[in-house]
Amino acid sequence: MRSVFAAISGAVFGIGLMLSGMTDTTKVQGWLDVFGNWDPTLAFVMGGAIVPMAVAWRIAAHHRTSALGTVLPTFGDQRLDWRLITGSILFGAGWALAGLCPGPALASLGFGGIGGMVFLLAMMAGMLAAAPLRAPRPGEEPWISAR
Amino acid sequence: MINPDWLWGLGGGLLIGCAGAMFLLVNGRVMGASGILGGLVDGTGRDTWAERSAFLGALILAPLLLSRVYPTATQLTGNWLVILVAGLLVGLGTRLANGCTSGHGVCGISRLSLRGLVATAGYILAGGVTMAALRHVWGLI
Repeated sequence: MRSVFAAISGAVFGIGLMLSGMTDTTKVQGWLDVFGNWDPTLAFVMGGAIVPMAVAWRIAAHHRTSALGTVLPTFGDQRLDWRLITGSILFGAGWALAGLCPGPALASLGFGGIGGMVFLLAMMAGMLAAAPLRAPRPGEEPWISAR
Repeated sequence: MINPDWLWGLGGGLLIGCAGAMFLLVNGRVMGASGILGGLVDGTGRDTWAERSAFLGALILAPLLLSRVYPTATQLTGNWLVILVAGLLVGLGTRLANGCTSGHGVCGISRLSLRGLVATAGYILAGGVTMAALRHVWGLI
């Protein structure tokens, strides 16, 4: 059951990324190109995504478990640290270079050609390289934390 | 006149937010693409591998099917060096920062997380500076 709903979320996420134009690298690069032909589309995507998500957090605040019985994520140590800052800067540089971030890199895999596959493999190699440097504190970002 | 691309952006964004809302309220998980994939790549998420794989599989498959009836292009650069360096930086950076555009951006900002806001400001600023330098100063991309 968990996997069924995970798949529905993944499918809706992917279709949203595609329809919003975020799998088109020129639109993402256009957003970052403030001194060129600036494209504000990404701000509309971000704004549109934040609204339902903010409602979801409000609902989640009144519950301890999700509909399928998982304990909802709790947030612990929220200090800023060098990993957050350095990592975000490195990510931003790579994001500008190719115009892809992890979600769209996955969503465009099926129609992005060999270049898209090479990007995904390089991204996974970068994730592997980051593993020894990571030291997430409890509740720092419980992205898809354990049960 | 509002640009139709912005409306598509808003509509697609709403879908992204609904996907994240469902993943949180039904599965009890935070929808961050780099975290979901990264946990499989480095093995830290092996306890939840089925849920992660189902999410990622559908994330790849649904746009693939849609692209058959709704033609789209990534317009990714053909420069292999740029693709390789960009991929490495995105993978390394998002895992070090513990999140990307979906995790820190959508899920973090929507709960007014300071870490999410700082990370998002950081990657947008770094992206803007990189773009300005490589496109307008050196003319590389």
